[in-house]
Parts: sequence; C-alpha cells; structure tokens
Amino acid sequence: MNVSFQFDKLSKKFPARKGALSLSKFEVSAVKTVSLKIKQGETFGLVGESGCGKSTLAKMLVGLMKPTSGKIEIDGEIFDKPEPKIFGKKIQYVFQDPISSLNPRKTIRQIMEAPLKNLHGMKRPDRDSRIKELFEAVNLRLDFLDRHPHEFSGGQAQRIGIARALAAEPKILVLDEPVSALDVSIQAQVLNLLEELKEKFGLTYFFISHDLSVVEAVSDRVAVMYFGSIVEVGTAEEIFSKPKHPYTKLLADSAPIIGKPLTLNENSGYELPDIMNPPKGCAFRDRCNFSKKLCSQKTPIFKKVKNGSAVSCHYPIN
Amino acid sequence: MTRFMALFARSQLAFIGLIILSLILILAILTPWLPLNDPNVIDTSNRFKRPFSEDSILGTDHLGRDLLSRLLWGTRLSIAVGLCAAIIAAFIGSAIGVIAGFYGGHTDNIIMRGVDMLMAFPYILLALAIVAALGPGLMNALIAVAIVNIPFFARNIRGVTLGIVHREFVDAARLSGMSNAKIIINEILPNVFPVIVVAMSTTVGWMILETAGLSFLGLGSQPPQADLGSMLGEARAAIITSPYTSVVPGVMILIIVMAINLVGDGIRDVLDPRLKSGALSTPRSTTEVAKNKSDAGLKTQTLLSINGLKTEFRIGNRILKAVNDVSLTVDKGQCVGIIGESGSGKSVTALSIMRLVSSPPGIITDGSIDFKGDDLLKLSSEDLRDFRGKKVSYVFQDPLSTLHPLYTVGQQLSEAIQSHNHVGKLEKHKKALELLQAVRISNPEKRLNSYPHELSGGMRQRIGIAMALANDPDIIIADEPTTALDVTVQAQILKLFQDLRREKGLALVFITHDFGVISQICDKVAVMYAGKVVETGPAAEILKSPAHPYTARLKSCVPELGQGKRNLIAIPGFPPMIDNMPSGCAFASRCGKAEQNCQSAMVDIKKIGQERAVRCLFPEEIKAG
Repeated sequence: MNVSFQFDKLSKKFPARKGALSLSKFEVSAVKTVSLKIKQGETFGLVGESGCGKSTLAKMLVGLMKPTSGKIEIDGEIFDKPEPKIFGKKIQYVFQDPISSLNPRKTIRQIMEAPLKNLHGMKRPDRDSRIKELFEAVNLRLDFLDRHPHEFSGGQAQRIGIARALAAEPKILVLDEPVSALDVSIQAQVLNLLEELKEKFGLTYFFISHDLSVVEAVSDRVAVMYFGSIVEVGTAEEIFSKPKHPYTKLLADSAPIIGKPLTLNENSGYELPDIMNPPKGCAFRDRCNFSKKLCSQKTPIFKKVKNGSAVSCHYPIN
Repeated sequence: MTRFMALFARSQLAFIGLIILSLILILAILTPWLPLNDPNVIDTSNRFKRPFSEDSILGTDHLGRDLLSRLLWGTRLSIAVGLCAAIIAAFIGSAIGVIAGFYGGHTDNIIMRGVDMLMAFPYILLALAIVAALGPGLMNALIAVAIVNIPFFARNIRGVTLGIVHREFVDAARLSGMSNAKIIINEILPNVFPVIVVAMSTTVGWMILETAGLSFLGLGSQPPQADLGSMLGEARAAIITSPYTSVVPGVMILIIVMAINLVGDGIRDVLDPRLKSGALSTPRSTTEVAKNKSDAGLKTQTLLSINGLKTEFRIGNRILKAVNDVSLTVDKGQCVGIIGESGSGKSVTALSIMRLVSSPPGIITDGSIDFKGDDLLKLSSEDLRDFRGKKVSYVFQDPLSTLHPLYTVGQQLSEAIQSHNHVGKLEKHKKALELLQAVRISNPEKRLNSYPHELSGGMRQRIGIAMALANDPDIIIADEPTTALDVTVQAQILKLFQDLRREKGLALVFITHDFGVISQICDKVAVMYAGKVVETGPAAEILKSPAHPYTARLKSCVPELGQGKRNLIAIPGFPPMIDNMPSGCAFASRCGKAEQNCQSAMVDIKKIGQERAVRCLFPEEIKAG
C-alpha cells in the first residue's frame, strides 16, 4: 500500500468552563485519538453529523489548528508544527462556503497570486502562465481574473476556490463540504470536475461531507465519525449497503431515498451526548438498538473486520 | 466612486451638509489669500465695533481685532486641529484594535484592559489632565483630544476585526502562505477600512468641539492666535454688552459640527453594509398588489388555489421576475411539494400566498390566490392578518433566526396563541403544553422555560412547528424546514410532519430541493425552474418517470445512496438570470433535446394524462405503471 498521508492518535481538546463565574476549568474533547492511513491517489470520504468534530479534524490536517496530541505524516515527512506555510505546499483546503472563502475586497487575480507568490516565490510571467493553466483546468474564463468575488455564482466561486488550492501544487486536498452550499445541478458539475482534476494532477482527496450519497458517490473508502471518534471505516460500496456499526446503519436508514418509505428508529430520538459531560463507555449507546450492559462500561476499541473495514463496536451488525 | 456619490446624494440632508462643509473648507483654505485685515493687530481705539460697520463686516472684539478675519483664521485652525486629532486617534486606535482583534487571547486581553483603563477616567477630565501634564498649547490640546478618542476607535475596530478574523478567507490566506503581517495589511485592513472611515466621519465634529472646549478654558491655542474656542473664551466677559463677539464663533462652531455630522451620517449610510442591505427602507406588512392586475379569481371551493401568480422585484431599473405564472392547487389534507433550485422562485411563491414578500421591492403583478373561495390578493392588511397563522402558517428553514433569542419558548408560544385567541393565562399554558406534546418534545414543562439557544437544531425546528400549529391552521407552508438539519434529525422532523397531517388533517406545502424528501412525504409535486412550474403531478409518478427533461436530469445528477462510487451525469451550464429571461423555454440552453422552436416562443404547460402536466414541447416518454 502506497500511503500518501497518515495521522496517528490525533486529538484536540479545548479548554472550557462550566459557567461564566465558575473557576474550575476542564477540557472538552472535540476529536479523540483518531488514526487513519490514506492511500496515494485515493478519495477518502469522511461523514458525520454537525458537531462530530470533522471540521476540527480537517483544520488540524492542514495546519490551521494545533493538535493536542498525535502526529501527522505526509509523504513520509512528519509535520509537527501548526504552520500553514509549511503544510500549504503539500496539503491544501477547499472551503464549504465558496463566497466567504474569497476576500470580498480583492480581485480574483490577487487571490490566485497569493499562494504562487508566498509559497513558491514565482515571478510575474511565471505566475500569469500558471494561473492561465489552472483556470483552464477548472473551466473558468480568464477575464474573470479582474473581477471581485461577489460577481460570481456559488459554482463559479467554488471553482475559483479549487483553483486557488491547486495553485499551491499540493499532493493532497482536504475538501470540507465542498458542494453542500451549491445547488444540486451545480453539485454534480463540481464533483465531476474534482474527479477530472484528481486524474490530471495525481491528487489524493480527503472528502468531508454530511451528505452520505455524495460521499459514497465520490469516495473509494469512507469513514464515519461520531462524537469525536471514527466508528467505522469501509469501502464506499459496502459501508452504507452493509453497515456494521449501528450508527452507520442509522445514518443510512435516515437518508431520504426516492421510493423508500420513511422509517424511523425508535431510539433515534436522542440527540448527541452532552460534550461537557461525555458518557462512559460507547457514546452511541443511548441511541442504539443493540446496546447491552458492556456498552455502558467499556469504550469499544477500533478493530479490523474482513476486507479492509474496521469498526468500533462491541456488537457489530453481522 | 460615482456609485458612492449617487448613493450619497440620495440623502438630501447629507447633501446639504456636504455643500455647507465644502463652502467652509474652501473659505478656510483660501483664508491666507483673502483680502482680510491682520487677525492679530490690536487697535484698542476701535474695540467692540458693531457688525456691519465700516471696514469690519462682523465688527471687532475687545482688543479691536477684526472679527471676520479672526473667525476665518480661527475656523481654519479649529478644523485643522480637529482633523489632525481625528486622523491620529483613528490611526493609533485602529492599529490597536486590529492587532488586539487579530491576535486575540492574551495580547487582546492586555491591550483591551489598558484601553478600558483609559476609558474609566471621565472623558474631559482625562483631556484636562493630559494638557495639565504637558502644559497648555494648541499642540498639546491636539494630543490630549487624540488620546482621549483612541479607546473609541480601538474598541470599535477590534469588534469589527474579530468578526473578520474568523472568516474563511483569512484561513485561506494563511494556507496561501501569507505571514500574519501580510494578512493584517492585505486581508483585514481593506475590510476594516470602511468602518474606520465611518467612525472618523462621525467623530471629527466631536473632536472639533473638544478642542474648542480646551481652548475655551485657555488650555488650547494661546493668545494672540485665534481658534473658535479661544474666541468664545475671550468674548465671555463681554457677553452681555457685546453679545455678537460670542455669537459669531458660536454660530460657526454650530454650523461646522452640524455639517460634519450630516456628512458623517451620509457616509455611514452609504458604507455600512447593514444599511445598504435595505435596513433603512421600511417594507409594508403586506406585499403590494399591482392595481391594474386582471381580475382572475376562480372562486373555487378548493382549499388553496393559486392561479397565474406573478411576483416581481423592482430594484431600480431592473425587474426581476421571481415568480412568473405559477398555478397550483392544494386540497384538504394534501401534501404538495415544490421542488427547485435556488432562484427558481419556490420560496417567493410560498411567501406570496400570505403576501409576506417584502414590498418594496416585491410586487404581485398578476394572478389570484384563492383560499376557500376568498381571493387573498384582494384582502386588506387587517383581514389578511386574520388569515396569517390562523388559516395558513409558515415554518422556515432556520428556526434559530425565526425564534426570538430573548424570550422563552413558552412566552413565544403564548404570544402565538394570543394573537388569534384571547384566552386566560392558565389556558394559554395548557395549550402551549399541548403543542409541545404534539411536536413530541420530551419533558415539555421544562422546555417551556428554555431559551432558543439552549435547544438543539432539531428541537428548535419542533418549536417552530409548534408555533405554526398554535392556531390550528388548515395549511402549513414549510420552506426547506429540514435543510439545515442532520439526516437523522431530518428523518424525525419528516415523520412528525407526516403524523401531524394524519392526526389533524393538515394540508402541507413543502418546499425542498431534495427528491428523496419529496418521495417520502408528498402526494403531489410541482417542479419549478426559472420562476415557472415546468412539471406537476402525483409525486410517485413524476419521480418514477419524469416528463420534463429538467426534472429527469435534475433527478439523475443527484447521487442516490447505495450504489457505490460512480460518475454523475451533470447538467451543463447555469440557470438563466431572472432579470434576463430567454423568450422561449428557460431550460432550452441546457437541454439535450432542445430544438429551434423551443427558444422562439414561450412554451405553455399542457396536460399529459389524468393528473399530470408538463411545460415542454418534447417531453420524455412516460413509462407506464
């Protein structure tokens, strides 16, 4: 296996207080010891509901946030300083909201030039030809360069965001909900463009989304995150059609599918556990139909099951 | 710049202020070249000469100095000092604010506590103390006024910076390899700059006053040099005998400060993004209906029947046809889905039903909306209010922005109940509890006392639905009620809607962009594209075998769960701009089946089969079954 990048026991804790006047400080775990290996040229999907820690994880991967513990290894090189300037040449980030990720007061040219100047120290003529190349790759007209971000639709702005990320010549792109702010007919365009670019530039994708069907359609492998931990990893073909973790099953059952009647898991009415007061044992047990005594006593560990999938559950399905 | 001036000139007062201010500034600049007497030449034989006397238009002061000359020189000096103080305060204050806001944490804490200490001193006392320490003099007064105003800028700019620092483009700049200094200068400052200008324009007047105040007390400009404050101070002794000596500088101060404040307000109105987005215009409580609208009411007894509805937005010279000939019927207990992309007019259609489209700029130009035989477009605002909530109610996408953050759930529910039924406190409480139970909220007694921010997104949407149910409406219009929610919560809310329909015989108009959602709860569906309904009919049939190419392509470009990795069939191109609609079928330019006659003339919607209709010349083949 040709590993493109991996992270080992990555975690992030934020300091918190119980109340405004309370002096007792404690820590809230947004991401708890997550380890993954992502293969060269792979699209690795990450799904999870809001508040599960997927964006925190993504921010750590590109050096925008310092992990509390753990290490990140890209192309055999260990990145232990949260320095976007160093990370930036290897791994780049595409934001969810394409418009707000572009500075409203700058022209597209200025935005595109920033990574070329600051990361690669390119001179003017080199920059111009590189921008031309990138704009052709994402199907944008060159006369867009002298306009401002507010003149673009979401789909166009997201292409600009992708072009900017590619300008840094990264090996890996972290795509944080790259299409969820876009209209459905534009979503497919952008997803197909991403697939094309991956071939063309030999990229590896870390694709984050809350939309199961989008993740499934673009990914080779998928991880499901719940309450700061990864609960299941598997291939895109199997993870939602044959879920092993009850949470994955709940997600797959909840997704609205044409022609499938509305089904509702009786226990699923529970919301996420209180992050200030994390439960002992398995975090999902209150919403789980299969939970037994052991689930409230011991936190399940992540273990491999057959053909490359792994699950963290005491009683995986099948 | 021309756009800026055009916006600015819209406010008459600001424009008058600008004219006065320009006149004063021109006079002040030209003062050295004007044929004036020397302002400092003392001529005691001619003291207290009345205004309009020979060779001194405004008279002379207690030392016989020419008042006009002193006034102009004094104005020049006062404006210069005020401006300098404002620039210095803005520069230092903004620098402090940007740095505190950008770095945050300890840096922010230390800097802002220092600023707080400055602010803890009474304003004028601090200025006096600074001048006392530095010694009297115009320069020192300037420094004092500048220092006193630094906290104002620092706090203001820090707040704005905090809002910008967490925006995604700052993260993007970091990933582009920019250093902190570069980010502050290239990314933050351009966005903060309008706020600095606004803050400056509204404080220059204030600073001129303060400098004048210090000079009045003899701490600013020193004799014989004239500024407006010292002129007032010197004239004080003669205020009874020769009032004009104080009136002349006093009036000048008044005019300058008024003019500057008017201009400042004008600049703020132009630059402030919140005001730009229309906060200054006060929309009416009901959407305007064009007077020349044709009388098209059908007087059917259907629960809700929309016929040929056209809603436009008129912004300046542009007419945006958001809803362009939409017809739709909703029967009792039926769930009708409206599906479309952003800009397709689905939300505007929904808002037009209860005439909630803000007006101006919205206006309903044609069509009718019949509710059990009443044409809602003909009702007065008062009559319409009786319909809102009681007959037809709304559930919106983001419950956090529709619930009031400062009232508890119970208070808001009571208010909703109160608006149509005048009932006692006990009864309201009982009804509120019932509503929470109806939307399956566990522990309803406790939840009545919760504030919206204490609830999760799913819970808030349940409260939104409870409020919509408060007056037992016949129809609930739900505008993307589950889009902001997670899938597991979405499933719960959809289930709730379905149960409510069954229990209460509610009709539902459900707006969404998700075919899966339509399939799960709707009986009937209308597909909208570019302000028009392109296809309508029973949901199951349309989803199984769409007739309009747009429906078919939209459906196939959404990945469906359970099929693994695959390529998606995207629709090329973009939807048309609604202020520039093509004459024929709006989808023709993106459609693989389009022929020449698709683009030449408008395509009418026509029936296919019993219940279906499609707006297409070459519809897809309908599969039987």
